[in-house]
Amino acid sequence: PQIFEYNGSAVVAMVGKNCFAIASDRRLGVQLQTVATDFQRVFKIHGKLYIGLSGLATDAQTLYQRLAFKHKLYQLREERDMKPETFASLVSALLYEKRFGPYFCQPIIAGLGEKDQPFICTMDCIGAKELAKDFVVSGTASESLYGACESMYKPDMEPEELFETISQALLSSVDRDCLSGWGGYVLIV
Amino acid sequence: WATASTPSPSPPSGLCSPPPPPPLSIGSDQVRCRGFDLTFPPISLQPVGEAGADRARAHGRRISGQTSLGIKAANGVVIATEKKLPSILVDETSVQKIQSLTPNIGVVYSGMGPDFRVLVRKSRKQAQQYYRLYKETIPVTQLVRETAAVMQEFTQSGGVRPFGVSLLIAGYDDNGPQLYQVDPSGSYFSWKASAMGKNVSNAKTFLEKRYTEDMELDDAIHTAILTLKEGYEGQISANNIEIGVIRADREFKYVYKVNYAVFTAT
Repeated sequence: PQIFEYNGSAVVAMVGKNCFAIASDRRLGVQLQTVATDFQRVFKIHGKLYIGLSGLATDAQTLYQRLAFKHKLYQLREERDMKPETFASLVSALLYEKRFGPYFCQPIIAGLGEKDQPFICTMDCIGAKELAKDFVVSGTASESLYGACESMYKPDMEPEELFETISQALLSSVDRDCLSGWGGYVLIV
Repeated sequence: WATASTPSPSPPSGLCSPPPPPPLSIGSDQVRCRGFDLTFPPISLQPVGEAGADRARAHGRRISGQTSLGIKAANGVVIATEKKLPSILVDETSVQKIQSLTPNIGVVYSGMGPDFRVLVRKSRKQAQQYYRLYKETIPVTQLVRETAAVMQEFTQSGGVRPFGVSLLIAGYDDNGPQLYQVDPSGSYFSWKASAMGKNVSNAKTFLEKRYTEDMELDDAIHTAILTLKEGYEGQISANNIEIGVIRADREFKYVYKVNYAVFTAT
C-alpha cells in the first residue's frame, strides 16, 4: 500500500489581499474505509501562523506536536512569535533530520509576516521548500487541486471572495478523489 | 592546568586550599601571565574586593586584566580596549583583542586571551547553528544567553575551571543597539556603558559623568578613547588601543584609523 495514500488528505492555502486562507478536508480513512469525518489537519502555531499537514495522519499529529513544542520554547526564549519564514526554515530542518526515515507528511505553512504580508509555502516530506506567491496544494487530491486553483485563483482577493474561491476549489477537487472529502475546514486570517 | 598536584605551601594571593575531590588546585602563579593576573577561589564564589557595589564583583569573580569598555549610543555601540603588549618586539598587528562573532555582533574581553579565543569559537558556532535552524541571524540577546550558558557550565562541571575572561558583547539587531557584559560565573547584564578590568572603578565613574542617553556614536567613540586615556599608564596611541564599532548598518567594524587629535586633546 502507498504510505501517502493510507489516510487520504487534501490541504490547500491561498494568498489574498493582506490575508491568507488555508483549508483542508475532514476525512480520515484507513485505506478504503472511512474512520472519521471530523479530522483536523490544519493547526495553529500562533495567531498569525498556521500549518496544514497532509499525508500519514499519525506523522501529521506528531510533527505538529514537535513543532508546537519548539515554537513555545522559542516564544519563551525570544519573547516574540516566530516569523512565518523562520518557521518554514525550522520545519524544513526538522524534516531533513529524518532524511533516511522521514515523516510521511507534506506540510503547508501559511502565515502573515511583517506588516501583515501573507506568506505561504509547502515542502516535500524531506524538507525541500517551495515558496509560492499564489497558492500551494498537497495531499492525495493535489493534482485536482492544482487544476482547480489554477483556474479559480485571482490575485489580491478580499477575504470574503478568497473564502469562496478556496472553498469551491477544495470541494470540487476532493469530489474527484475517493480518499479525501467529507466536508472541508477553511480558515481565513 | 595543574593535574592533581599539591598546592603551593603559601599561595601568593590568598587562595583557598583545594576542595575535596576532584583534587584540583589552581595556584595563582600558574595562571599569572605577563601583563595581568587572575585570582579567583576554585569552587565557592566568595565576593572579593572592596565594597564598591560592583555587581560583577558581587557575583564573586573579579577579572583584573587590561581595561576594556563599551558604550551604547543612540545609533550604535562602540567597544574599546587597551592593548598593552609585553614587549616592543611583539608584532601588534597579530594581536586582535576585538573580534566579531557574527557580522552584526562584536566582542571584547578582559582577562585571559586563550580562554577568550575558545569562547569566541564556541559562540561563533552557536550563532551559525541558530542560523542553520532558523535561517535568521541570531538576536544579540540569544547569543549572549548561549555564551553565558557555556560559561556557567564550566563553573558546575567536574574537572574544568571557569573561563578567566569577562566579555563585553556589542551588537545591533531588530531591538536596536545593545551592549552586554558576561562574567565568568555566567551572569550577564545589559549596560548603557560599562568597563571591565584593572581600572574599572575609575573608568565607570568617568563614564557615569560623561554618558548621556541620546549620545551619538561619534561622541561615544570620543568618550571611549578619553576613558581609556584616563587609566592608561604611559603614552596612549593608535597602536596600543583597539576599537570596534557597530552602527545602524548592522556591520561590526574594526576601527583602524582614528583621528589623532583625540589623543592630544584633554
